[in-house]
Order: sequence, then structure tokens, then C-alpha cells
Amino acid sequence: MAVDRVDMAVEEGEFFAMLGPSGSGKTTCLRLIAGFEQPSEGAIEIFGEAVAGVPPYRRQVNTVFQDYALFPHLSVTDNVAYGLMIKGVAKSERVQAAEEALEMVRLPGYGSRKPSQLSGGQRQRVALARALVNKPKVLLLDEPLGALDLKLREDMQEELKALQRALGITFIFVTHDQGEALSMADRVAVFNEGRVMQVGTPREVYHKPNTEFVAGFVGSSNVLPETFVEKLTGTAALASLRPETIKVVKKGGHEAEVLGTSFTGAATKLVLRLGDVQLNALVDHEVGDLKAGDKIRVNWTPGSVHLMGGAGG
Amino acid sequence: MADTTVIGAASSGWAGKVSDALWRRPTLFLLLLLAPPALWLGVIYLGSLFALLAQSFFSIDEFSGLIKYELTLKTYRELLIPANLDIIVRTTSMAAAVTLASAIIAFPIAYFAARYARGRWKALFYLGVMLPLWSSYLVKVYAWKLILAKEGILNWLFGKLHLTWVLEALLSVPVIGGNSLSVSYTGTFLVFVYVWLPFMVLPMQAALERVPASYLEASADLGAIPFQTFRNVVFPLALPGIIAGSIFTFSLTLGDYIIPQIIGSSRLFIGQAVYAHQGTAGNIPLAAAFTVVPVVIMGFYLWMAKRKGAFDAL
Repeated sequence: MAVDRVDMAVEEGEFFAMLGPSGSGKTTCLRLIAGFEQPSEGAIEIFGEAVAGVPPYRRQVNTVFQDYALFPHLSVTDNVAYGLMIKGVAKSERVQAAEEALEMVRLPGYGSRKPSQLSGGQRQRVALARALVNKPKVLLLDEPLGALDLKLREDMQEELKALQRALGITFIFVTHDQGEALSMADRVAVFNEGRVMQVGTPREVYHKPNTEFVAGFVGSSNVLPETFVEKLTGTAALASLRPETIKVVKKGGHEAEVLGTSFTGAATKLVLRLGDVQLNALVDHEVGDLKAGDKIRVNWTPGSVHLMGGAGG
Repeated sequence: MADTTVIGAASSGWAGKVSDALWRRPTLFLLLLLAPPALWLGVIYLGSLFALLAQSFFSIDEFSGLIKYELTLKTYRELLIPANLDIIVRTTSMAAAVTLASAIIAFPIAYFAARYARGRWKALFYLGVMLPLWSSYLVKVYAWKLILAKEGILNWLFGKLHLTWVLEALLSVPVIGGNSLSVSYTGTFLVFVYVWLPFMVLPMQAALERVPASYLEASADLGAIPFQTFRNVVFPLALPGIIAGSIFTFSLTLGDYIIPQIIGSSRLFIGQAVYAHQGTAGNIPLAAAFTVVPVVIMGFYLWMAKRKGAFDAL
């Protein structure tokens, strides 16, 4: 429930992801922006206006909930038109707006159904339409793709991105899935234990993690111990080495023992031991049949080793 | 590995054999399970109800006082004379007033229990609502007679607070007033609300329990002030629970003959009329006709509730 010293600024029209494991404070942050929680100290500003003490119904922010929170007693049209009905928009006008919003999320003609008659993916689209029909300044999405299966999730990622580009609204997106955050967002904030560890573009966060946590959580990088890094670079510091930058070579490089292999579809994952350091490597299938106990040689380019400021950040 | 078997030995006992047989015939199993309660409900419960209703289509011979077993609507003509209609209107109005008041009082309690009460507070809620149901109904009603009497604690309290004039003003109102609270319709109403309140609170709480907090947040997020959220989301979703509770409070009030006899004016309620006609008067057909009234009223009430969409959220 606690977030502590979270300091970040989201740009207008940006697709911003808040990434972190469960309990890291990312959802609490989202709820603070929506107004469901009140900060005990500190300030939140939306477009330069301080929103402390402003209830959610006075904020021009809309939310797509993790469980979608569609009203079960209302039809899809009435769900989508709910915000407009509250504002007092005439019935014919709001029904038309709802139908347009449903077309935008590619669910035309579904208006008369009840939420219980829709699939998970369809409910997700209705929740999206219900939020967007109000033309919010900021759209908050709380793990919106979490309940969908893989194929649908990938389609929705593309669609959400296209929608955000087309509408130009600021999207703030909460997820625990680093792949989702990296592929969709313009910038990513990585959360851990109620704090923001790093904010940056997906490339920055991926290639230049500033802490052991970010290196490990985003793309499960190898974190090299200080003594090993000192031997490699002459500087005693923790460093990150991405699994996919490790190559199997005929000669040169470092001798490694294979501890285990697994097939992951696109690549083969190797668990290696270099002296007293254990590394994960993601290599092409061409390495052939390796099995535990095999001795091989591996190498990487010097630029792949990214020095990190320190364990605490 | 040839000696591996995947099927365990069939149990030799009769219980095992019966289990195996029933597992293969799930319909038979369901039938066996349902037959006893269906018989109980169908024959003993509904059957006796229909036997009672059938009585209302017989009539009583004015001279001999014996029941004539011929189908006739004579008893219903008797039911609709002004004196009896008075009883029906009085009882129905009381039941409606009790139901409305119970719903208004029960809602905040049920809402608190469903939304905020956790752990110990929830246990306290259940205890508070159920505890009055554990003690005897008659004891409670007689206790209320003492509380509401002219020499009772309520009068004494109003006197101490120099508010006797409020009580007197209330008691001087025609129809709901009277000599003291214990002999007025107001008194009857208060005791009915007290006695039936748990039957409204519990189904309401169960219905509200099924409304996730995210619905309320979503409504606020879409611009609704709390009152709009109540009207558009909470109330419609709680409505099946409110209807269920009102069926209890409404029908229990319609059928009760003890409370109006102990507390209130001497004018009859439906339950008392049934009691009097089947007992001393020996007019079983008219008593049966009176019992048809609550059944018809409840049927009409449910039909109206369904038409108004009260069960859409189910």
C-alpha cells in the first residue's frame, strides 16, 4: 500500500508505462492519479493543476480497470454512455457517441448485449470505449491485458498503441510484464518496493539499467559481481550483461561449463558457469546438442558489459 | 511392466457397489437426492396449501353452521364486504409501511457490513442482527408493550427531556394516534419494524456484498457524484436483495396475528381475522378466503417487481 518518494513527470501525449512486480507500488500510483487514494504527503499535479483533495469525479482522467468493472445490469451501450449520461448529454446524442466509440474499438453492433454475454477480450474493448468516450486528458490503464491470452494480448498491444497515436491522449499504463512495457511505451518507470528505480525510454532501461534490480527485472539480465567486472574492465562495480549478447565461439573468450539447456522457441537458453560466476545465455539453435557438463568457450563485445552506479541506485 | 494395472480393485462392500452404480447414472443420483425434499415440499407443503385454498370455494350454511361442499364464490362475496375490506386495507398498508421503514433503516446497516466491516466488526454485525432472533418472539412483544405503555420508559424519557408535547402531538394525529403508544397503530408499526428488521438486513447485505468496490470506483471515475453512483449502480444491484428482504417483511406482517393483538388498537388484521374465523366462528371457508389475500398480494407484488426490472441484475 505504500509508495515512498516517487518523483516523476509524464509528458503530454506520451505512452507511459509503470512497470514493476506485484506490490511494488505501481497500482497505488495509478490510484493516486485517478483519485481513489489520497496521498498523505507530497503533491500530484495534472496539467499543472494540484489535485490533492479533488475527488475522482472531478478529475478529467478516466480509468480502464483490471477487472474492467463493467456494470452488469446495464447494456454495452449504457455502459459506454454512462459518463455522458452523468454529464446530462441527451439520450440520442449519447447513444450515437457510444456507437462511435464501439466502432473505434471494433465492436460495432454489440450495444444491446449485456457484459455477461461478451468474451474477456470484448469486455476489455468495452471498458476502453467507456473510458475514451469521455475524451479524457489522461487515460489510466491498470493491467488491462492481464486477463487475456497471449495471442489476444499481442493484438491488443498493437491496437492500444495505434489508438494512442491516433488520439494523442496521454496513456499511463500499469503492467508487471516487461515485454509489454518495452514494446508499447514511449517511456518506462521501473518500480520496486514503493520506489521508482529508473525512468527512461525502453532502450535506456533495457541497455543501461542503473541498478541490479532493473537489470534483473527488465529482460532478466545477468548481473556480474564486482570482482569479475574488475578483471574484465579494471573498474570494481556491478555490471549488467544481457543473455543475448553472449556468443558461443570456437576459440578465445572465456571457458565455460554448461549447467543446463532449455529450448525457448526462438532461441536456446544456456545456463553457464564461468569460474564462480553463473550466467544465462540466449543463443542460436546452431550451437547444436549441448548437454550439462560440456565445456565450451563464450565471448561478448566489450560494449555489452554495462557498468551500474551501485546496488542501491 | 506388464503387471501394471490402472484400475483399482472394485470395492467389495455394498457402499462401494452403490457408489459405482450411481456414478454411472448421475440422473438417477440426482433423482434420489431430490425425491424426499420434493415430496415434502410438493405434497405436505404445497398440497396442504392448495387444500386450504380449495376450502375458500366452499361456503357455510347460515342455519346449521356446517360447510356445504359445493363450489361457489359466495365466500368471496362475503370477503369483500366493507368491514372485511377494511381489514385487508389496514393490514396491507401496515405491511407496506413496515417494509418501507425496514428498508430505509436496514440499508445503512447492510451497506456498512458489506463495504467496511471486516473480521471482528463483521462478527459483531452478525451478532447484533441475529441476537434478537434468538430470544422468544412473545417475550420481545410483551417487552415492547411495557416500553410503549403510558407508564413505560419511553414516556418517562420524553418527560425527562421535556418533549412530552412531541409524543402528545403524535398521539393526537388521527388513525396513527391513540391513548398511548401501546394502543396505537404507531406502536404496532414500531414493534413490527423491530421484529422483522433482521429479515431485511441480511438479504440486503448479501446483495451488497456482491458489488465489487471497483464498480463504485468506475462510476466515480466516469464523473458520478456519490448520490448518482448510489442511484445508478448500488441501488439497482442491491434491488434483488431489497426485494427478497421485502418479501419477508411484507408477508410476515401480512400474516402476523400476535403483535396487533398485544400492541395496537382492537381493530383486526388479516391474521387475527383468520384466527377468529377458523376458531370461535367455525367459518373455515371465510378463514381460507382471508389467507388467499396475502398470497394474491405477494404474487401481484412480485409480478410488478419483475416487470419493473428488479431482477435484471440477477
